[in-house]
Amino acid sequence: MNVDLIMDNFGAGIAGVTTAHGEVTVRATRDILNPLLRFLKEDEEFACDFLTDLCGVDYLPASPRFQVVYHLYSLKHKHRLRVKVAVEESDPVVDSCISLWAGADWHERECFDLFGIIFKGHPNLQRILLPTDFAGHPLRKDFPLEGIKEQ
Amino acid sequence: MNERTMKINLGPHHPSTHGVLRVVLELDGETVVDARPDIGFLHRGIEKLAEHRSYHQFIVLSDRLDYLAAMSNNLAYVTTIEKLVEIDIPRRARYIRVALAELQRIASHLFWLGTHAHDLGAMTPLFYMLREREAIMDIFESLTGSRLTPSFMRIGGLAADIDGNFIAAVKAFTATFADRADEYETLLTANPIWKSRTKGVGVLTTDECINLGVTGPMLRSAGNDWDIRKSHPYSSYEEFHFEIPTGRAGDVYDRYLVRIGEMRESAKIIRQAVDGLPAGPWQAKDARVFPEKKELNTNIAALIQHFGLVMEGFKVPPGEVYNSIESPRGELGFYIVSDGGARPLRLRVRPPSFVNLQGLVKMIRGKLLSDAVAVIGAIDIVLAEVDR
Repeated sequence: MNVDLIMDNFGAGIAGVTTAHGEVTVRATRDILNPLLRFLKEDEEFACDFLTDLCGVDYLPASPRFQVVYHLYSLKHKHRLRVKVAVEESDPVVDSCISLWAGADWHERECFDLFGIIFKGHPNLQRILLPTDFAGHPLRKDFPLEGIKEQ
Repeated sequence: MNERTMKINLGPHHPSTHGVLRVVLELDGETVVDARPDIGFLHRGIEKLAEHRSYHQFIVLSDRLDYLAAMSNNLAYVTTIEKLVEIDIPRRARYIRVALAELQRIASHLFWLGTHAHDLGAMTPLFYMLREREAIMDIFESLTGSRLTPSFMRIGGLAADIDGNFIAAVKAFTATFADRADEYETLLTANPIWKSRTKGVGVLTTDECINLGVTGPMLRSAGNDWDIRKSHPYSSYEEFHFEIPTGRAGDVYDRYLVRIGEMRESAKIIRQAVDGLPAGPWQAKDARVFPEKKELNTNIAALIQHFGLVMEGFKVPPGEVYNSIESPRGELGFYIVSDGGARPLRLRVRPPSFVNLQGLVKMIRGKLLSDAVAVIGAIDIVLAEVDR
């Protein structure tokens, strides 16, 4: 996997490419997220045909507060790749990648449900695990483990 | 919705949904026009709880994700932490882990086949399957004290070494299992009712599986032989000889054949693991994770460290790691972010059931209501894992 290709194609939009524990992490800005994911899916060098997982992480009190994490896998090359996008608390919006992978549907809904991150372009962005009238997003760090009244 | 169609709820309290899955079906006569799965009834916030537990304490929660394959969950979780902390596991522990995970795969597939066949009107297989599954549950119980929630694996090894009875019981099980699998097949494989209910039903092609992220026996039944045990061997799977059964049609029938094949291969792996079981330690000698007990009476520093490890848990260096294994249902992964403390900053489960269930709507739209029951069964979901 020649990760320099990512820098060559998306230079300014890439905040960094790191390798740790044998795993490659690409930190990208959200403006180039969908073009980057499409490139990683379609380029022969990466061929990441699987969206293995999509989830959010809350780094409170860091700023930007949230990261949306994509785990990609290539059946052809048998390699994995992680893409992370930073999102501000005041504007928690990223583009939906549902047009690239149909499987992103429920992952994005879950991330919205538990973190309150909005996926622009998702056709049905509703809560999935929690009841529709639930208030708050429980995986946020400022949501208490106990103490919220029964809904 | 129009005047010809009507909406019905399949579940959440219905035996054929295998747990608390609710599917809102829009029917035109008996034809499914549209379907909307509704999940979350069993959401317990396990990922939230994990952020408030030490790394060892989470092991008991991992049992409660996929309660039909708790050993696989244990294995996926502990190998992820071991990757993050970089602990080397003794070979004996790795072999025992493989044997346990494969026993669990057989137990899970047996329970799946028994209940799935029962959904489709075949009562007898359930009794056969539960007979063998019970033998595995007995093995687990005698080893770990628990049938469904063993919590037997530890970060760095196992909770205990196996005893003499384990090997004998496992050998007795594997010696007869191939014959038992033949017996199951006489009931179903050529059975015309079984074939008419399952052949050509719930088809997902390889490309559709990949696009949806569907893994495990569902992907393999469509003809792709991707199996993490082969492509990224963990826990010394590279030392075992086994085949990856695949199907062609990607329908409910091929999923059945693939899982039957997997059970036969698992029995071979288990046999190799107990026959070639290496001697030696069954947990890593790593003072960061395991307290050394023998110095506790003489060395105050060791006592303090022991106290810290037990009360607070061990600290994990900052970083993030993703690791996955081939669970009976597909790719079971954990993504863990550590900030350097004794509790994870974020613990994400990549549940195969959750992802595979997304394929349901595609598989049943335009098909008959009775096919929906067959398709839900063939996905092999565990709602505790879907909802977490």
